[in-house]
Amino acid sequence: MRQHADGQASVDLPGANVQQVLDALGAKFPNIVGRIFEAGQVRRFVNIYLNDEDIRYLDNLQSATKDGDVVAIIPAVAGG
Amino acid sequence: MSDFVRGLKCRLCGKAYPKQPLNYCEDDFGPLEVDYDYAAIKESIHRGKIEMRPFNMWRYRELLPIDGEPTVGPLVGGTPLVKAHRLAEALGVANLWIKNDAVNFPTLSFKDRVVSVALSKACEFGFTTVGCASTGNLANSVAANAAQAGLNTYIFVPSDLETAKIIGTTVYGAKLIAVKGTYDDVNRLCSQVADRYNWGLVNVNLRPFYAEGSKTFGFEIAEQLGWRTPQHVVSPMAGGSLIGKIHKAFDELYKVGLLSRDPKGNVKIYGAQATGCNPITAGIKAGQDSHRPVRKPNTIAKSLAIGDPADGYFAIKVMRETGGCGEDVSDKEIAEAMLLLAQTEGIFAETAGGVTLAVTQKLIAQGKIPRDEEIVICITGNGLKTQDAIAGIVEQPVVIRPNIDDFAAVLDGKREPVLV
Repeated sequence: MRQHADGQASVDLPGANVQQVLDALGAKFPNIVGRIFEAGQVRRFVNIYLNDEDIRYLDNLQSATKDGDVVAIIPAVAGG
Repeated sequence: MSDFVRGLKCRLCGKAYPKQPLNYCEDDFGPLEVDYDYAAIKESIHRGKIEMRPFNMWRYRELLPIDGEPTVGPLVGGTPLVKAHRLAEALGVANLWIKNDAVNFPTLSFKDRVVSVALSKACEFGFTTVGCASTGNLANSVAANAAQAGLNTYIFVPSDLETAKIIGTTVYGAKLIAVKGTYDDVNRLCSQVADRYNWGLVNVNLRPFYAEGSKTFGFEIAEQLGWRTPQHVVSPMAGGSLIGKIHKAFDELYKVGLLSRDPKGNVKIYGAQATGCNPITAGIKAGQDSHRPVRKPNTIAKSLAIGDPADGYFAIKVMRETGGCGEDVSDKEIAEAMLLLAQTEGIFAETAGGVTLAVTQKLIAQGKIPRDEEIVICITGNGLKTQDAIAGIVEQPVVIRPNIDDFAAVLDGKREPVLV
């Protein structure tokens, strides 16, 4: 995904929840959106974490974010 | 021998990639899978050729993704398929077999199969440091096989693992990192480790190759039955990969001409989980396409305690498409099944084996597996590693003085067992 984000591994973004942060990411790097989302849903094999916790165990894309939080996008196809 | 691998291919969109240490598609994050030239394999393989080779997993090497000879784990596999007469009688079924990877070499679980492929591949790619995220069996296997191959090893496990699995990792000199969290936390951390360091993590960036090793469990079942498939196979599910690879193994054997009858429609595949961590069985029972992640697994079957299985979606697909289903059982049922297997067949399986047998019993009782058809139960790990799980329910020894009358009193039932 970095190739679609000017080679960067992390970027600083605004947003009051995970959805807003990812929207901001998409506004900056439009090619990334389709890789994370499909028909408005997070793709089956993409996991999103807020400060090391899977957002599905929080409030999903509505999980509230504050300054300094870390949102990570990580492939789900590992382990077992 | 040249290999028959064309490259890697995304299981979702089909996008092709060259052979490399990469586990996901850059377009949709779908899992990558090894893409073989089956027509060429069919030309170069036949039953007689395989039967001439030593009885280990590498006799099927045309269907494994390594270049040339394996450099790690050359003696893995070739485990017994036991015709389980006494267990069959206890379950009230006609034909039952145990595929027994509790005695797989060198670390007593089916994980040696996947690790030998992954580490052979790691050496081909030039990695000098390897590792994995593990619930224990994989940790043991990576540590042992990497020690033999002279590789540096970092292994990540949940910090609440059984003592036997911890010692069975560190004894080989592996650096063991115990992470305060669930297996899924460990797994996510390993994806980040793989991203930051140039290491070969067997079930992260080497996963497409690693997972292929599980097929040999299925190849062996079919060959040991006389080059045919059974009607029912019950497999444990943790990450949900093995069950799919058993299915793929049968399918490939037919595709390359080693089976004469198409397994499609003739073999039903069932998945077993513990109720304390049942994301996949809960998903299939609820009629869903994919699993329901479990945040905090709670079961004695720690080797199956993966709350967010990477292959949950594919495992459900395999069960559904073959006409099988999924079921889960309580810790009590798991422990009792471990005892039943030990006391009828002399096989001491780990907790995951208790899960698989107890689920088989449940499916038979529910009428989902007919009593007069052929059943294979997959035993994937050894009970010596999970003794704590049954320590409280096995019979205690009788303590006597070194005196013949004391012993006679025990035989006469005059002396009660005492706790030691």
